[in-house]
Amino acid sequence: MHRKRVVLGVAVAAAAATVLAACSSSGGSSSTSTNSSTAKVTLSWWNNANTQPLLGVFQNVIKQFEAAHPNVTIQNVPMQNELFKTKITPALRGNAPPDIYQQWGSGQQATQVQSGKVADISSEVSSWISSLGTPATEWQTNGKWYGVPYDLHVVGFWYRKDLFQQAGITAAPTTIPQLESDDAKLRAHGIQPIGLGSKDGWPDAFWWEYFAIRECSQSTITSAMSSVNLSAACFTKASADLDAFVKTNPFQTGFLATPAQSVPNSSVGMLANGKVAMELQGDWEPAAGSGLTSDKNFDDQLGWFPFPAVPGGAGDPKAVLGGGDGYSCTTAAAEPACAQFLQFLTTPAVEKQIIGAGAGLPANPAANGDLSVPAEKDAAAANSAAPYIAEYFDTALPTTPGQNLDNAVAKWFASPDASGSGITSSVTTP
Amino acid sequence: MTRSTAADAGLTGPGAADDIAVPGPGAVRRGGRYRRRRKLRKGTELTILLGPGLVLFLGFVLAPIAIGAYYSLYNWDGLGPLTNFTGLHNYKIAFNDPAFVSAIEHTLILTGLSLAIQGPIALGIALLLNRKFPGRTAMRLVIFAPYVLPPAVTAVMWSLLLQPGGLVDQVMKAAGLGGLVQLWLANLHIVLYSVFAVLTWQYLGFGIILLLAGLQGIPAELKEAAAIDGATAWQTTRQITLPLLGPTIRIWVFITVIGSLQVFDVIWLMTQGGPAGASDSMATYMYRTGFQNEAFSYGTAIAIIMFLFCFAFALVYQRFALRRDTRGALTRAVG
Repeated sequence: MHRKRVVLGVAVAAAAATVLAACSSSGGSSSTSTNSSTAKVTLSWWNNANTQPLLGVFQNVIKQFEAAHPNVTIQNVPMQNELFKTKITPALRGNAPPDIYQQWGSGQQATQVQSGKVADISSEVSSWISSLGTPATEWQTNGKWYGVPYDLHVVGFWYRKDLFQQAGITAAPTTIPQLESDDAKLRAHGIQPIGLGSKDGWPDAFWWEYFAIRECSQSTITSAMSSVNLSAACFTKASADLDAFVKTNPFQTGFLATPAQSVPNSSVGMLANGKVAMELQGDWEPAAGSGLTSDKNFDDQLGWFPFPAVPGGAGDPKAVLGGGDGYSCTTAAAEPACAQFLQFLTTPAVEKQIIGAGAGLPANPAANGDLSVPAEKDAAAANSAAPYIAEYFDTALPTTPGQNLDNAVAKWFASPDASGSGITSSVTTP
Repeated sequence: MTRSTAADAGLTGPGAADDIAVPGPGAVRRGGRYRRRRKLRKGTELTILLGPGLVLFLGFVLAPIAIGAYYSLYNWDGLGPLTNFTGLHNYKIAFNDPAFVSAIEHTLILTGLSLAIQGPIALGIALLLNRKFPGRTAMRLVIFAPYVLPPAVTAVMWSLLLQPGGLVDQVMKAAGLGGLVQLWLANLHIVLYSVFAVLTWQYLGFGIILLLAGLQGIPAELKEAAAIDGATAWQTTRQITLPLLGPTIRIWVFITVIGSLQVFDVIWLMTQGGPAGASDSMATYMYRTGFQNEAFSYGTAIAIIMFLFCFAFALVYQRFALRRDTRGALTRAVG
C-alpha cells in the first residue's frame, strides 16, 4: 500500500515537473517558430543589482526595452551578490533556469556551458559584437559566444584625498616601497592605512594576484590560467613579496573578520566613512560606498592610482587586474528577444545610464566619455592604456580551482608565510 | 540550540512501527468475520493517518539521503552528467583534509560546551523563574526574547557589537577591563568561543523554557509533603525536582546535541567559518566546499558524514537514555 502511494506520488511529481518545464520553455520555442514580433514573450532576468542606484536604472532600462519591443516582458529578479553566486549552479542544473542570468565570462562560463543550458548566441550577436572590442572575447567559449558584457572592471587603489592630505602625502605612490612609506606616514597621523575585507576571501585574492601580475610576464600568467598550474617561480616570488608587505602592518585592526562590502563595517564602508585611507578594490567602490555613508562629497574625496610597480618584477607595471559583468541567455529563453535585450544593454544610451549609476566602466567604448566620478576616469584611462588585462584569477580558472585559490589566499592571510606553498598548490588539489 | 522538535527524536526510534499491527484486546473473543472487518477498518485507518506522513518522509527525508549517498560516490561539478565514479574517494579526501578534521573538532567542542555551560545556566535560571516574585513574567519574556530573533539578525547584530572598537570593547573599557579586549572575531584562537557565546545568548532561552515547562509538571503536593517533613529547599530541589525533571533534561540534551552537530547559520553569517577555518563547523565546511567551490559531490559526502554523526548519536541516545522516557509512548502499541 505504501509502495503504491509512493509510485503515485512520484508519478504526480513527474507530471507536475513536465508541465512546469513545458510552461517555461513554451515561451521560448513558440516565439522563434511563429512571428517573433507578435508572439508574447516573458524573460526572467537574474542580476545582482539589488541596491540603488543600479536597481532603479535597470527598472528604467526594462521600461525602455519593453516600449521598443511591445511583445516582450522582462521580469527583473535582483539578488544580493553572494547569494546570487550560490544559486546559479542549482538553477542551471534544474528544469526551470532563468532566461537571462549574470555571469563573469572566462573559465567560469566554460564550466557553466557544460550544463547544456547556456545558449550559444553566436548567430544573433555576430553582426554587432565586434564593436565592443577585445575585452568582450572573455565571453567566448570554444570560439562561440555564450554571453555579452555590459560593463568592465578594473582593480586598483581607491584613496581618500582628505586623509592623504592630512598625512602630508602629495603624490600617489608608484612603487611598493613608496606605498610602504606612505602607510607609515598615515600611521604616524593615527590613520589606518589600508582597508581589507578578508572575511569574504576574494579581496585577499586581489592582493596576491596583483603581486603575481607584477612578478610574472603576461605569457606566464596566460599559460598558468589555461593549464591550471601555478608552479612557475614568479608565483612563489609573489607570495614572498606579499609576505614582506603584510609584515609592515598596513591593514586595519581585525581585518580578518571584516566583510568586503554591503554593510557599514565592511572595508568599503570604512573607506566611505574615512576610517581607512585606501583600499585595493574594483571600480564599483564609489557605487558600493555611496550607499554606506552620509557623506555627500564622498565621490569628490576619492582618488585612484594603479597597483604600484614591484622593483625587479618581470610583469608590466601597466598591466591591470580586471574583468567584467555580462549576461547569458539560457536555452529556456526566447530568441531573438533575449539576444536583442543583451545588445540593448550595450547601446551607448543604456551604457550611459549604467555607468551613471557607478556600476563599472562601459563595455561599449563609445560611452567612455560619460563617466561622472573623477577618479573613475583615471581608472578607465588606466584600463584602456593597459598593455593587457589579466582576468580575475578565480574567474579565469575553472570554478573549483578558482574558489580553492581564493580560499587558500584567505587562509594565507591568517598565517602568512614567505613560501606561499598553500596558495600555489591550491589549484591542483582536488 | 535548535529548532528541531522532540518529534524528530521519535521518528527514528527503534520499534516505532513494529508492534502497531497487533490486534487490540477484545478482538480475540469475537467471530472471524467481525475480526476481518475490524482488521480492514484498522488498516484503512492506519493508511489514512500514516500514509501521507510516510510518503512525505520517504520522499523528502529518506530518498534525498539515499540519492545523496549515491552522488557522494562520484566526482561531479553539479552541471555535467554523473559519469566519474570514484567510490569512497570523497570520504578519503575529507578525512585527510586537516580543515575538515578541525571542523569536526570545532563542532564537538561547541557541542560539549553547549552541554556543559548552557545546561547548568538554563537549569539555574529555570529554577529561579519557577519561584513567585514580582516581575517574573517580564523577566521570562526578556530571557526568552533572544530565542525568538531570527539567527540572521542575531549574527549581524553581534558581528557589529563585536567589531574592533565596537560596543563590547567600549563597555569593557568603560568598566576598566580594557586590558581584556580582544579581536573577538579576527583572533584565530578566540573566534570559536566568541561564536559560542553568541550561540549561548541565542539558544539559552530555549533550554529555559523547556525546563520551565518540565518544572510546571511537577506536582506541588510532593514539595508540600517534603516541606512538612522538614526538607530544606536544597534537599527538595536535589531529591524531588531534579529527578522528576529528568525526562525534560534528557530531551533537552538530545535536541541540543543534534542542533550543535548541525550548527550553521549564526557561524556562517558572523565569520563564514573563518578566519582560516578557525570557526568552521561541519555544516559551514560543507556549504563552502559544496556550494561556493561547486564541488557538489564532495559537499554531499560531507553531508552524509554529518548525517551519520547525527544518526549514530540519535540511535545510541534513544537506546540508552530516552528509552525509559518514551516507554509506552513509542515502544508499545497504543489503543
